[in-house]
Amino acid sequence: MVNPNVQGKKYPETPSYLVGREKIREFANAVFSTNSINHDVEAAKSAGYADLVAPPTFGVVIQERSLHDVLADPEADIDFSRVVHGDQRFVLNRPIVAGDELTSVLTVASVKALGAHSMITFNTEIFDVKKDLVCTAISTLVVRGGE
Amino acid sequence: MNINDLAVGQEIGSHTFSFTRDSLVKYAGASGDFNPIHYRDDFAKSVGLDGVLAHGMLTMGAAVQVAVNWIGDAGKVIDYGVRFTKPVFVPADGVAEVFVSGKIAAIDLEVGTVRIDLTAVSSDVAVLGKAQAVIKL
Repeated sequence: MVNPNVQGKKYPETPSYLVGREKIREFANAVFSTNSINHDVEAAKSAGYADLVAPPTFGVVIQERSLHDVLADPEADIDFSRVVHGDQRFVLNRPIVAGDELTSVLTVASVKALGAHSMITFNTEIFDVKKDLVCTAISTLVVRGGE
Repeated sequence: MNINDLAVGQEIGSHTFSFTRDSLVKYAGASGDFNPIHYRDDFAKSVGLDGVLAHGMLTMGAAVQVAVNWIGDAGKVIDYGVRFTKPVFVPADGVAEVFVSGKIAAIDLEVGTVRIDLTAVSSDVAVLGKAQAVIKL
């Protein structure tokens, strides 16, 4: 069971992540994107963006780094091999673009018991260098209880 | 695209995505999610799964492309959420197909947004629930 006492716990800000063009292209290809602004800098600029635009779910790359800290936290006591992704949401104030330097702060929004399982919901707030909120990634993991 | 020309219930298109083990390895590298349940059969079985399954985030990321292709601009998706209802098992030597379709579920003329509801089906079961993407026109 996930330790219910971690509800409300805020993890330290992650080190800055520089969003690269090739990372955006790699991610875009992996999610089957054919949208030109994910691949072609000129197309992105003609559409009014500063540089290549990341696909809507790219924030998961940043969330993954925050989540790593929680999964490694002995206080939270999460068995990664028993984790199933329950739901996921991204609220975007603006799209992530190449050249962005992003940091994130993860807060444990809730820990609930569901029979033998635990459900833990995280809010990962992703900020740019100006400390403006770019995206909030909200993720619920289900940690399956022992059989 | 003019928001006044759109109607609730209108279909926006569909696409069949073919996931192979290569797709999962590519997605693992792109996303940084290296959970071995997404590429190792022995590991998946050891934790009680029927086999290797696709990252839910791969299905989520692919499904929204149907909405992105309709609007033609990935930067216009301002809110996107899903529930992962069923796993997509991907065989070592074959393909798992995921059929995604979308329709307009709500239009907000005041703020200029459209909500697209997506369905994603693999082997006759819905693999995403409440898959909703809000697009700013």
